Amino acid sequence: MKLLNCPMNGVRPLSEFLFGGEFREMPNPDTSGDLEWASYVHYRNNAPCIKKEWWYHSPSGTWFIAERNTLSDEVLATYLYGKAPVAAKTTKPRAKKEQSA
Amino acid sequence: MAYQLLKFALGGEYKEPRFFRDCQTPKKSYDAVIIGGGGHGLAAAYYLAKDHGMTNVAVLEKGYIGGGNTGRNTTIVRSNYLTPDGVNFYDASVKLFEGLSTELDINLFYTNRGHFTLAHTESAMRTMRWRAEVNKHVGVNSRVVGTDEIAKACPQMDLSCSGKAPIQGALYHQPGSIARHDAVAWGYARGADSMGVEIFQNTEVQSIDVKDGQVQGVHTSRGYISTGKVLSAVAGFTPRITEMVGLKTPIVIHPLQACVTEPMKPWLDTILVSGSLHVYVSQSSRGELVMGSSLDPYEVHSTRSTFDFVEGLTSHIVDMFPFLSNVKVVRQWGGMADITPDFAPIMGKTPIKGFYLDAGWGTWGFKATPISGKTMAYTMANDKAHDLIHSFRMSRFEEYELTGEKGAASVGH
Ligand SMILES: Cc1cc2nc3c(=O)[nH]c(=O)nc-3n(C[C@H](O)[C@H](O)[C@H](O)COP(=O)(O)OP(=O)(O)OC[C@H]3O[C@@H](n4cnc5c(N)ncnc54)[C@H](O)[C@@H]3O)c2cc1C
Repeated sequence: MKLLNCPMNGVRPLSEFLFGGEFREMPNPDTSGDLEWASYVHYRNNAPCIKKEWWYHSPSGTWFIAERNTLSDEVLATYLYGKAPVAAKTTKPRAKKEQSA
Repeated sequence: MAYQLLKFALGGEYKEPRFFRDCQTPKKSYDAVIIGGGGHGLAAAYYLAKDHGMTNVAVLEKGYIGGGNTGRNTTIVRSNYLTPDGVNFYDASVKLFEGLSTELDINLFYTNRGHFTLAHTESAMRTMRWRAEVNKHVGVNSRVVGTDEIAKACPQMDLSCSGKAPIQGALYHQPGSIARHDAVAWGYARGADSMGVEIFQNTEVQSIDVKDGQVQGVHTSRGYISTGKVLSAVAGFTPRITEMVGLKTPIVIHPLQACVTEPMKPWLDTILVSGSLHVYVSQSSRGELVMGSSLDPYEVHSTRSTFDFVEGLTSHIVDMFPFLSNVKVVRQWGGMADITPDFAPIMGKTPIKGFYLDAGWGTWGFKATPISGKTMAYTMANDKAHDLIHSFRMSRFEEYELTGEKGAASVGH
């Protein structure tokens, strides 16, 4: 069984989570052109890499951010939106877990 | 004949004839280079040579031919889609498949089984009626049937699905078939090779040269090859190739898994799909049940398979067929599905001159192998998109003209 570390509830089975897609900045709809908007709506950053993603812990209704390697499926960090741990870019998931547990 | 057989037997050396030449050193330049030796790339090469006389063509495959999704799929061929453009396109593919064993002179084990998409809810029945009407309108043989007809075609099934999701009816699609998937790749490879196309295995494309918006050539693990036309037909690897040329697409890669049981005597003649239970099943000519499910729920660029998948899938299969509870699953595997938001492919020209894309085949591209090869060959030879693939063009996303095929493609590959 795969596990994921919810920043509010700790390590839980993956089946309790829903994937919310890549975290992306929305362009300003009032000022962006049609092409920029279409690109935001449809196009994805889709080659394998480390990505910031939205995840949802459904039993507790918690949306949070995970940094994940989409090639190896390793989660490097999880944290609440806006609360990125200072060292979020490190590749030591263990240290991160203690911090957010 | 008897003498030749005797001579062969005593000869001591039993050389199998090769299907295609063992090419090792690419030429400096080709009229066209095809990235990906799956069914799609090989079919495109075959039709480039056969329909358009283009034989100075190289197919570059980083592993072995058919080792990608072509050799991993559950081989369902059907045309009961939802949009008229989709139905027409897949119908043309089914027609090519029907004559393909003869054309390629290889037994594809193409067997017509009939295909039931089971509906367990009133809303699913509505979609089935909709699909049946679109299919009939385009001239494809599909109709809505009641539980009596399902019971007759598959008396072994528990129509109440263990009381959890009683079946109300189904969309029945008579042309639904299965085939031997690797033979499709091998047949096209042999056909293309015999007309002069060169196939390089263990040859990876590492980058693509583009100058002033025009393709110049490809850098490969066997050196540089110059060419003015490149086709990318790499399914689950598409984002890595489009990244090389700086093109954006909406494709997202999700693993898709499948498994087979131990072989049994033939008992299941038809192909059964249940959208609500997220399963589909057919029995192969070897007697194994070939089973699959919906996509893994999030992006991963890997072909790993999981226990969660077999556990979930088999529990639903046992709901449909309680007597299978003692049957063993003997193999499971995964492929990388290149999913588009409208469950339709991305085919044709791109903003880069000489760079052609055949992608977005997700969970549904095996059945399209012949027609995608044929239409992409046309598109490359004429530098003009074939009429059948107009609605699959890459620019449809920027034009907000998505196709709306999801209702027919999401579980029933
Ligand atoms: C489990 C599963 C079940 C499926 N079931 C069905 C089904 O029942 N019916 C159906 O119609 N479809 C089904 N599909 C979808 C279908 O298998 C695919 O859409 C189809 O086979 C794609 O064929 P292809 O030739 O485009 O790609 P592939 O067969 O994946 O070939 C692409 C090739 O490109 C090569 N490649 C990648 N990168 C490079 C590079 N840089 N240089 C050189 N070579 C490269 C790869 O090694 C690979 O061999 C299923 C898929 C899966 C995974």
